[in-house]
Amino acid sequence: MEVFVASSIGLLAAAGVYLLLRAHTFPVVLGLALLSYAVNVFLFSMGRLIVDAPPILQKGVDTYTDPLPQALVLTAIVISFGMTALIVVLALRSYLEIGSDHVDGTSIDDPKAGS
Amino acid sequence: MGHWIIVPIVLPALVAPLIIMFTRNDLVLARTLSFVSSAIVLVVAIALGIAAASGAPEVYELGNWPAPFGIVLVLDRLSALMVILTAALALIVLLYAASGWDGRGRHFHALFQFELMGLNGAFLTGDVFNLFVFFEVLLIASYGLMLHGGGAERLKAGFQYVAVNLLGSTLFLFAVGLIYAVTGTLNMADLAVKVPQVEPGDSALLHAGAALLLLVFAIKAALVPVHFWLTGTYAAAMAPVAALFAIMTKVGAYSIIRIYTLVFGGDAGEAAWFAEPWLMPAAIVTLAVGMVGVISACTLGRMVSYSVVGSMGTLLIAVSLFTSEAMSAALYYLLHSTVAGAALFMITGLIAERRGPDGDAIVVSRRFRNSEVLSGLFFLAAIAMVGLPPLSGFLAKLLILDSARDAEAVPWIWAVILTTSLIATIGFARAGSRLFWKTAASDDKVDAPVPAHGIFAMAAAGVLVTGTVALTGFAGQIGIYLDATAAQLFDSSAYIASVLGESSGTVR
Repeated sequence: MEVFVASSIGLLAAAGVYLLLRAHTFPVVLGLALLSYAVNVFLFSMGRLIVDAPPILQKGVDTYTDPLPQALVLTAIVISFGMTALIVVLALRSYLEIGSDHVDGTSIDDPKAGS
Repeated sequence: MGHWIIVPIVLPALVAPLIIMFTRNDLVLARTLSFVSSAIVLVVAIALGIAAASGAPEVYELGNWPAPFGIVLVLDRLSALMVILTAALALIVLLYAASGWDGRGRHFHALFQFELMGLNGAFLTGDVFNLFVFFEVLLIASYGLMLHGGGAERLKAGFQYVAVNLLGSTLFLFAVGLIYAVTGTLNMADLAVKVPQVEPGDSALLHAGAALLLLVFAIKAALVPVHFWLTGTYAAAMAPVAALFAIMTKVGAYSIIRIYTLVFGGDAGEAAWFAEPWLMPAAIVTLAVGMVGVISACTLGRMVSYSVVGSMGTLLIAVSLFTSEAMSAALYYLLHSTVAGAALFMITGLIAERRGPDGDAIVVSRRFRNSEVLSGLFFLAAIAMVGLPPLSGFLAKLLILDSARDAEAVPWIWAVILTTSLIATIGFARAGSRLFWKTAASDDKVDAPVPAHGIFAMAAAGVLVTGTVALTGFAGQIGIYLDATAAQLFDSSAYIASVLGESSGTVR
């Protein structure tokens, strides 16, 4: 399970970084979303990977999972969800106002813009 | 101080929704509420400062759970200093914004209060994850403030600003996760106890976490190579917003000072003084890049933004020496560069408003209204920023140069600080002579509309310039407080004992 979780975090983060380095706003937004997924799973695994164990003290139970990373992930999800919503709106507004979705605001037809 | 510690966070958090709900169409009432709230925060901050100056760090347990199980706020000399600086700057920025800037978009005052809440929270918290949350609070508010007024240029810079900071937040979470995985705690004082006990096998993970955390704070502090977001953002933001943002880079500097003296400081075993080898070269390059930017910028807004980058370089050079003497000099420079940077942004806004179509471009153009007063203000603020005598910039740089005397990198530090001061002087002198002297020779005047309450804005800029004079005049008294602050930072046992209780520091 460790290999599976670790490689999926790595895959998400790599795809996120790749998309983040694109020159248009939509891939950048997707890249940020993928990176935030990667970090959420990463935070979970930082409390060690334990299956089928309760996070709250109970009688007759020896193995517990760490509840703190779960609380951290919950906060992180809420924040990254809000932020993603904001940046989507911002990308749309700047596309409508500038007439281009290039991150430097240069027109797509402009030969100097590159991509 | 009891419950007073939480007032700088809770009061803006309560006033901001009130402003949204009840002052939708009444700008004067919004201004009044915002102003009263900021004034109360300033009074409380000063009271907190007096309390912090009289003894050990004070702890406030949120939710009444003892540390390290609950989140705590910690008031020591450094956090009190930062809260006072924030509150004072906020009040002056509000005065400036009341001259009409705050009416150019919606919800300026509500966002402003949320920004204050985030800033004060970041300075007061004693928990790394809570620091992340307050970073997000201040960033969300800053996105709104930065976009205030709208326009294509602002939206473009705004997208880049938000994207860079979202990446920064993600890295912050990775760093927090790594540090939690090896230490099992996120309370700063508890981390200071646990970090030296990390097993050798885990130290690579811990170092990776510490390096990522340093990168995050470097993004906030606009350190090379992650400084590029600052100039576009600050130059595109409205003048009062840019002036308030002068404190935002200092949040990064504050976090570096806090974490890398307390958690990764002298007692951290293998990770002792973790930041030093990374921070010093980066800070020196930042200073050089910033001041070269000053001389190459073609608008006043960009020039001032580059001078802010350069000043962060100077500040972090002093921080990265990690001696008590240099830290005291760094804190004095922090006060000075916040005031001088904010004053320059305000003056830039005043000039651009009066020059009509030329805006803040550094070109010779027609004469404009109030150019005599503005040239005087610009002259004084520029002198302070580049560090010429007699104003506070000179004193601060002198203190930093003096405190670097025993460092290994002293030839580099002295050479770069002195050369860049000359370069910055040339840059500001060139801009000033083009804007004021050469322009004054022409007879025709710009007939830009008279700003309605221009006197408020002018007064605010004047107050800040007077502030640098006051920093110079009271340098002795401020220096005594800062020396004690630096000493407190390098003696982390008192901080740990206050947060975890007297015994826990030794038992664990």
